Amino acid sequence: MNEQALLGLADDELVLGWRDSEWTGIAPMLEEDVAFSSISQNEIGHARAVYSLLSDDPDALAFDRRLQDYRCAPLVELHLLEWAHTIARRWLYEVADEIRITALKDDSDAAVAGLAAKIDREEAYHRMHAEMWHDRLRDEPRFQAAVRELWPYTLGVLPAELRGELVSRVGLGEVDAVERGTNTEELGPLWEEMTVVRRSAPAGAQW
Amino acid sequence: MVDEAHVWEALEEIPDPEIPVLSLVELGVIRSVDVSNGRVRIEFTPTFLGCPALEFMKRAIEDKVPGADVAVITDDSWSTDKITPAGREKLRAAGFAPPAPRLVQLQSQVHKCPYCGSSETRLENIFGPTPCRSLRYCESCRQPFEQFKTI
Repeated sequence: MNEQALLGLADDELVLGWRDSEWTGIAPMLEEDVAFSSISQNEIGHARAVYSLLSDDPDALAFDRRLQDYRCAPLVELHLLEWAHTIARRWLYEVADEIRITALKDDSDAAVAGLAAKIDREEAYHRMHAEMWHDRLRDEPRFQAAVRELWPYTLGVLPAELRGELVSRVGLGEVDAVERGTNTEELGPLWEEMTVVRRSAPAGAQW
Repeated sequence: MVDEAHVWEALEEIPDPEIPVLSLVELGVIRSVDVSNGRVRIEFTPTFLGCPALEFMKRAIEDKVPGADVAVITDDSWSTDKITPAGREKLRAAGFAPPAPRLVQLQSQVHKCPYCGSSETRLENIFGPTPCRSLRYCESCRQPFEQFKTI
């Protein structure tokens, strides 16, 4: 996988980790508060590990880039503080991410393949969580509407060659994808928040 | 002159920061120790990549073995199967159900209560106080417990 694609993967995990952590303290059930906090922590850990493959300074990659240099898919940028959409995004993202990580386990770069295998072990639990919710909500119109609305964004998570499997797994038709490379307006406020400490203390903050 | 056995002994004294009944050696996260030409190199693998104790453990190793070169290896070499038999027993004694071996876990979904040994337990939450633990409840002795995830 090339560097830009790895950066896209790491940015997806970082930004979704931030988005899902927005449920910490306010999720509709205590169990989900715990689950979303743990999943977010894992996703941000995956981002750190992938940034570390790309640079000796993963924090700089995570927090010192300009807004327009983030390569994340628009799906993860969306500020969806509503439960049906949040669960729909978790499920859709995990389906797409599984396809991507499975392909990455066969990468010609041993460091990338090894890290992908390690990430996959952890993602197995994210998938269990997402499938549990999908099983429960799949017949609910509100959930189905959220899945349809997010479907063009989900296609944009994967490169074109991996989308066929996504289409068959999710069971919706291929439509125009919301592609990676143009950030949505919703990333700006998140970027402001995410980078505020680094920008206010360029020499490094000490605790 | 420091040799590898000395380094392993020193590392056995470092407790896991989140589950201090275990040492880092028992947790299986020390992948290798190499001493050559007076240089000590220690390879260390995180359990979960998002583990907040990662930097803490790395510093603890550097403090315990001054001058050692500590490399964090993020490949696929650690799994819960690397937890030593003594480590598994210490987990159980502390009320954490040790992770089932990967092969067993993939074939059966049996989770035993660390208090009474019953298999009549149910999943309460895939996630728990740290990424490496799930929450379960024992129907036999009516005790909630933490299950170390198999990964």
